[in-house]
Amino acid sequence: MPPVLETRDLTIRFGGHVAVDSVSCAFHAGTLTAIVGPNGAGKTTYFNLMSGQLTATSGTTMLDGEDISTLGAAGRAQRGIGRAFQITNLFPNLTVAENVRLAVQARGKAAASLFSLWSRHRDWIDKADHYLEQVNLAGVRDTVAAALPHGDKRKLEVAIMMALEPRVFMFDEPTAGMSVDEVPVILDLIQKLKDEGTKTILLVEHKMDVVRSLADRIVVLHNGRLVADGEPAAVIASPVVQEAYLGQAPKAEAAHV
Amino acid sequence: MLNSLLSGDYPKSRVLSGVLVAILVGLAFAPFLFSGAAAINTAAKICIFIVLVASYDLLLGYTGIVSFAHTMFFGIGGYGVGLGLYAFGASWGVLAIGILIALMVAVVLAFLIGLLSLRVRAIFYAMITLAVASAFLILATQFSEYTGGEDGRSFSVPPVLRPGFRLFEAPVFGVTINGRILAYYLVFISAVVLFLLALRVVNSPFGRVLQAIRENDMRAEALGYRVVYYRTVANCLAAAMAVLAGAMSAIWLRYTGPDTTLSFAIMLDILLMVVIGGMGTMYGAVVGATLFIVAQNYLQKLMGTASAATEGIPLLPKLLHPDRWLLLLGVLFVLSVYFFPTGIVGRLRGEKR
Ligand SMILES: Nc1ncnc2c1ncn2[C@@H]1O[C@H](COP(=O)(O)OP(=O)(O)OP(=O)(O)O)[C@@H](O)[C@H]1O
Ligand SMILES: [Mg+2]
Repeated sequence: MPPVLETRDLTIRFGGHVAVDSVSCAFHAGTLTAIVGPNGAGKTTYFNLMSGQLTATSGTTMLDGEDISTLGAAGRAQRGIGRAFQITNLFPNLTVAENVRLAVQARGKAAASLFSLWSRHRDWIDKADHYLEQVNLAGVRDTVAAALPHGDKRKLEVAIMMALEPRVFMFDEPTAGMSVDEVPVILDLIQKLKDEGTKTILLVEHKMDVVRSLADRIVVLHNGRLVADGEPAAVIASPVVQEAYLGQAPKAEAAHV
Repeated sequence: MLNSLLSGDYPKSRVLSGVLVAILVGLAFAPFLFSGAAAINTAAKICIFIVLVASYDLLLGYTGIVSFAHTMFFGIGGYGVGLGLYAFGASWGVLAIGILIALMVAVVLAFLIGLLSLRVRAIFYAMITLAVASAFLILATQFSEYTGGEDGRSFSVPPVLRPGFRLFEAPVFGVTINGRILAYYLVFISAVVLFLLALRVVNSPFGRVLQAIRENDMRAEALGYRVVYYRTVANCLAAAMAVLAGAMSAIWLRYTGPDTTLSFAIMLDILLMVVIGGMGTMYGAVVGATLFIVAQNYLQKLMGTASAATEGIPLLPKLLHPDRWLLLLGVLFVLSVYFFPTGIVGRLRGEKR
């Protein structure tokens, strides 16, 4: 099967700093790929390049074999690339329900309708409530997003992406800063998505036990370069990852295990 | 019925509902409730500014666009009607064509400004609108052969709207229904319809996207909303509504000129009204415009009385002299922004920020 999402020699330079350096990688439907690497490795930047928040200095991004490098974030979202952000990125003065409903609406036919009443689009409301229940936020649906505690904000962040019903899910440290009893809600959700068997899931995650339990494959970024890619057990055991996580520079060659 | 009219967007405060009903009743029966030309002039001006301020709230309060070109669109409406009636005679056809041409010019202009500059940072966008509006003001005053220059143009309106016209022979409730009163009701009904339309737009799916863009344009884009498209449409809608307000103003005043439509003093007034009333609430436009215009018209009289009453006390009479009314208004403005950062409407709804 051809990959759903693929990058070829994707590179971005911030001044002299190369944050993502010639990364080529393909992601397939029905798989969950974990992207790991130390702080500042370029994981979020790599995500931003694929979902269109940033424009690459060089290289290409392909969706279903089609070059989407010139497409903006909105165009990519419309084609089914969903993104949840590491730094929560909500509509702070709108309610929780409104936040999610906006995501549902984005996929709806009457998304830009001028004279219909927003409150009368029952199907959007119901679907939004469905996703709120999935992340245990139904109880705070009428709370303003800015007033939520951190853990709930992270859940809302995920619910917004879920409500977009994308084909590609990009989770950027979805459980960071969450309390231990909240984490399983998100992990179960990701597991369920994975069990559907048709979605392309990308997950940036620091917690190795999470990665080990969820990932079909691990990609390691270090200093913007792809330094390892393969089966979770093998990648975790590989010296290049051990060294990267100890914070030392890896050997020059990328290890393909 | 009421739900549909208000688009499900109720005042959500008992006091606010009361204030709004009082304003509505006051404006609806202004010719019967208040005597004298000054009072009905004030009422008409309030109607016109409610529309103008509501259209500006669509930009500033709902979409988060800071534009200084709003009086330009107001002026395009005024001049479209005014110059048309001046040049081609006072008929309804000319009036309609004047409004139509003004709408087209304004929407094209708003579209161009939007496309060219809504991608840039908000501060640059504000500067660009300022530059375009200044250029327009200069054009309108320089091409005096066509526009009447600084003096503007006085013109006739269709006969039905003239003071000499009588709808009935006998007075109604002691008021003679002449063309001026018909003109007032034309303005009033237009204002009600346009305001309710604006309320509908902000409560539509489109309107909710505008709020999302105001809140976080980057996330809106990430959900698949093309922010530039939405901002541009909002710009065109607000411009069109300002044009209609300008047309209402021209019909009412039977005059159009830079001072009544294009000046930056009016731009400043609009800003004050929307902030005092409460941004992003629509009802703020009603409360803000009414309060501001009433204050503008009656504060001076009140201050005259106060100044005379405090004769003999040092400094106070000077401070209260009617010429200082802007100073007092400025102080009131600063105080209101300080104590009610969400405007009067936000305050009445009990919102904290
Ligand atoms: N907009 C930007 N301008 C300049 N430098 C940037 C920008 N965005 C990211 N960088 C730099 O690129 C590098 C990679 O950052 P990135 O956020 O992608 O790392 P990360 O792998 O997601 O790290 P973390 O695990 O801490 O989230 C960092 O050195 C960062 O400072
Ligand atoms: Mg990151």
